[in-house]
Amino acid sequence: MSAGSASATALQLLFAGVGNGAIYALIALGFNVIFKSTGALNFAQGEWVMLGGMIAAAVAAHADVWLGCLVAVVIVAAVGFLSERLIVAPLKRPTPMLITLLSIGLAISTKSVVMLALGKDPAGYPGFSGDAVLSIFGARVPAQTLWIIGITLAFIVMAHAFFERTILGKSLRAVAADREAASLVGINVRHSVMWSFVIGALAGGIAGTIITPLTFTSYDQGGLIGFKGFSAAMLGGIGNLYGALVGGIVLGLLETMAAGYISSHFKDAVAFIVLLTILFALPSGLLGRSEAERV
Amino acid sequence: MAEPSDAVDPVSGPITPAANDERPGARIGARPALFLFWLALLAIPLFGANDYVISLGVSFLINLILIASLNVLIGYCGQISLGHAGFYGLGAYSAGILSAKLGVNPWAGLPAACVVSALAALVIGIPALRLKGHYLAMATLGFNAILSVLFDQLVPWTGGPNGLLGVKPLTLGNFALNSQARVFPLIWLCAGLVMLALLNLIQSRIGRAIRAIATSEIAAGSLGIDAFRHKLIVFVLTAGMAGLAGSLYVESNLYASPESFGFSLSILLVAMVALGGWGRYAGAIPGALIYTAAPEVLRTFQDAQLLIFGAGMIAVLLFFPTGLAGAADAVARIWQRSRR
Repeated sequence: MSAGSASATALQLLFAGVGNGAIYALIALGFNVIFKSTGALNFAQGEWVMLGGMIAAAVAAHADVWLGCLVAVVIVAAVGFLSERLIVAPLKRPTPMLITLLSIGLAISTKSVVMLALGKDPAGYPGFSGDAVLSIFGARVPAQTLWIIGITLAFIVMAHAFFERTILGKSLRAVAADREAASLVGINVRHSVMWSFVIGALAGGIAGTIITPLTFTSYDQGGLIGFKGFSAAMLGGIGNLYGALVGGIVLGLLETMAAGYISSHFKDAVAFIVLLTILFALPSGLLGRSEAERV
Repeated sequence: MAEPSDAVDPVSGPITPAANDERPGARIGARPALFLFWLALLAIPLFGANDYVISLGVSFLINLILIASLNVLIGYCGQISLGHAGFYGLGAYSAGILSAKLGVNPWAGLPAACVVSALAALVIGIPALRLKGHYLAMATLGFNAILSVLFDQLVPWTGGPNGLLGVKPLTLGNFALNSQARVFPLIWLCAGLVMLALLNLIQSRIGRAIRAIATSEIAAGSLGIDAFRHKLIVFVLTAGMAGLAGSLYVESNLYASPESFGFSLSILLVAMVALGGWGRYAGAIPGALIYTAAPEVLRTFQDAQLLIFGAGMIAVLLFFPTGLAGAADAVARIWQRSRR
């Protein structure tokens, strides 16, 4: 292999890794928002990603791709809203463990409704620029990868503005910081849980609609991608918005590089071994502060 | 969303339901119903049940070991493991490889499986349990993912995607335990011993300590309870039990394949713990019953069975946050009150 093609391969893997990582970052962000407001691990996060892709594919079969994605994102956000209203809001004692366990039931139900309504076949649709592939310094990069990176960055910037500049965003942060103090200054704590589910589902739905043109999706794909997102959240420091971005991209790169340079059969094993090593060396994650407490 | 008094630390999180069946001195004698249930299970192969019923019985007992051990970790210790299926698989492959590839006497596979799974838990638990929060969930999830890849890819040892073949049956003298009916009594005995061991564990000093830790780690620490050490002991013991379940699985099926031990099984086991009654000793029984019977009972609903299952789980947890065992307690309380 010549030096030129080796660097082109490396660049190609870099783009693929950052693209995958951006998806993990979006999922991790959704995971973090719900974790911050409830203390629970949301097992339904990955199902929302799958749901976004499946709905977009169903609509895009009859209409424009953009319309399909928009409809999908709105429906997934509505599913997040309804899930919270119907399942979390009525709880008398909403302990983190109970919400975590309920989210497993929610994940199973979401998956099976998708299977019944949209079928078992894998679904996909063309990318936002068709199936165009760009050539960047000899590396072949699907245009959709650039869309994924761009949309993820835009979403993170918007999320940043939302949490820093709007009253609702600030109240969500206040509840995450101290639930009792937030309710003492008149913040409706129950509403903030509802909003965190909407934002979490929104992030998942967007991730699903932008990745599906590259990977396709089917009703049983949610669990795996959800766990990658959870891993990214842990890697970045759970509960940390920017940690989600860093954790996602590190995980995406790890996976792609392991597949490209070591073995595609062992890529998950290599990625998780490195991930666990990082986690044990830096328990609060790459960007986490004092979330992880030694006991 | 919570009343101030309900507020919990979002990081250390879980608060176990008040486990009210741990009255001091409540030993086996106080649980005659459970003991009789266990004795009655032995009747399955003795009274000429057909192979189908016997194989369901074997699955039930293996699932019981898995769910009961995970229940102690989740319900009493407040720690979620997403790798219980990994320890189960590690036990199955350890016992299977010893017998099929290394020609070791199959009986050695049972203790070997416990030891291998327990050692793996020790290696993961030491770094993960030193930290508060969801590190054990993350570490066990990663561990399960790594194991799934290894089961699938180490073809010379595991047989890869085709599964591990050539596992030798256990033998007693010249009598080979080479059918589900013949191996049933052994599995029945092991399940009983595991249930007894778990009962002793939760009623022992360690059991009281882990309940104290799950309620308030700070308060427990101020009483001199070493949270890390106690969590580690429980994690290692329960992983060893999952390893035993794995060795029983491989000896009853004489076969193991990678997809039987993926993380989706780990999640389903957590779901069964929740549904049966987390933090209730008897909760593992409805959990294992449902897990074993649901695919058979719901078969007529075909594709809808998953939805019925998921919706049923949500409904049970919404109305009875402590699961079916909690529901049974509530019914029993109403019954007693009405008799007074």
